[in-house]
Amino acid sequence: MMRTPSMSVPTISPVEVDKPTGDTEVTPDRPWVVIVWNDPINLMDYVTFVFQKLFGYSLDKATKLMLDVHQKGRAVVSNGTREKAELDVFRLHEHGLWATMQHDK
Amino acid sequence: MLKRTVRRTRDGSFQMRLTDDERDLVANLASQLRELLVSEEQDGLERLYPPAYANDEERDAEYQSMVHDELLEKRLASVDVVEQTATATSLTEEEVTAWMGAINDLRLVLGTRLDLSEETNGFPLDDPRAPAYAVYQYLTHLLAEIVHALSN
Repeated sequence: MMRTPSMSVPTISPVEVDKPTGDTEVTPDRPWVVIVWNDPINLMDYVTFVFQKLFGYSLDKATKLMLDVHQKGRAVVSNGTREKAELDVFRLHEHGLWATMQHDK
Repeated sequence: MLKRTVRRTRDGSFQMRLTDDERDLVANLASQLRELLVSEEQDGLERLYPPAYANDEERDAEYQSMVHDELLEKRLASVDVVEQTATATSLTEEEVTAWMGAINDLRLVLGTRLDLSEETNGFPLDDPRAPAYAVYQYLTHLLAEIVHALSN
């Protein structure tokens, strides 16, 4: 992610990007998790704002998740049934975030 | 203190302090985005329709066919709002949210075409990508302003 610039000059910090590794075998008992992956374009403050808006998370929680994405390359942002996870992924895609879903490990 | 480009006012509307040139640029980019969204080629639009199932092509194809038209419609609706309100000095929260969406889409398309990485720190002035990167940086500034105003 890009840091939100304080003036008009963006600073970009390097972060390792992991490739998505999924486990989508069918096991109905396990919930699905929604994962947001780091990318070099989305702004950090924008990602925090989207987490708050879509999931109703507090600023603290949304910021922590955003920093996990930025620093660790990914974060689980929600979980639930396949239907709920798909809807969450859709809403994240609507906002331009790189989100995937997979079974909880 | 730096004057903000986008500011939430007491009545809940958003003041847009953009120059005429900036408004022309935003309107022009919005119409270019519309053309791209509805074109056959879809060049550089990969980031607008990411995979939901990273390791399951069949399920992902189902997901894509289910959501593609709705994602496209929402994106076009935001472009409409930006084109209709490009010269407005005051926007509603709904309108400014549409601006946020269209501007983020434009950044994703430009960033993909410029093949930006987290190490990209700009291009030399004589590089053919320099003008597009300048536009990208402007959109970064405008998006940051909008997110700041919406967050307050």
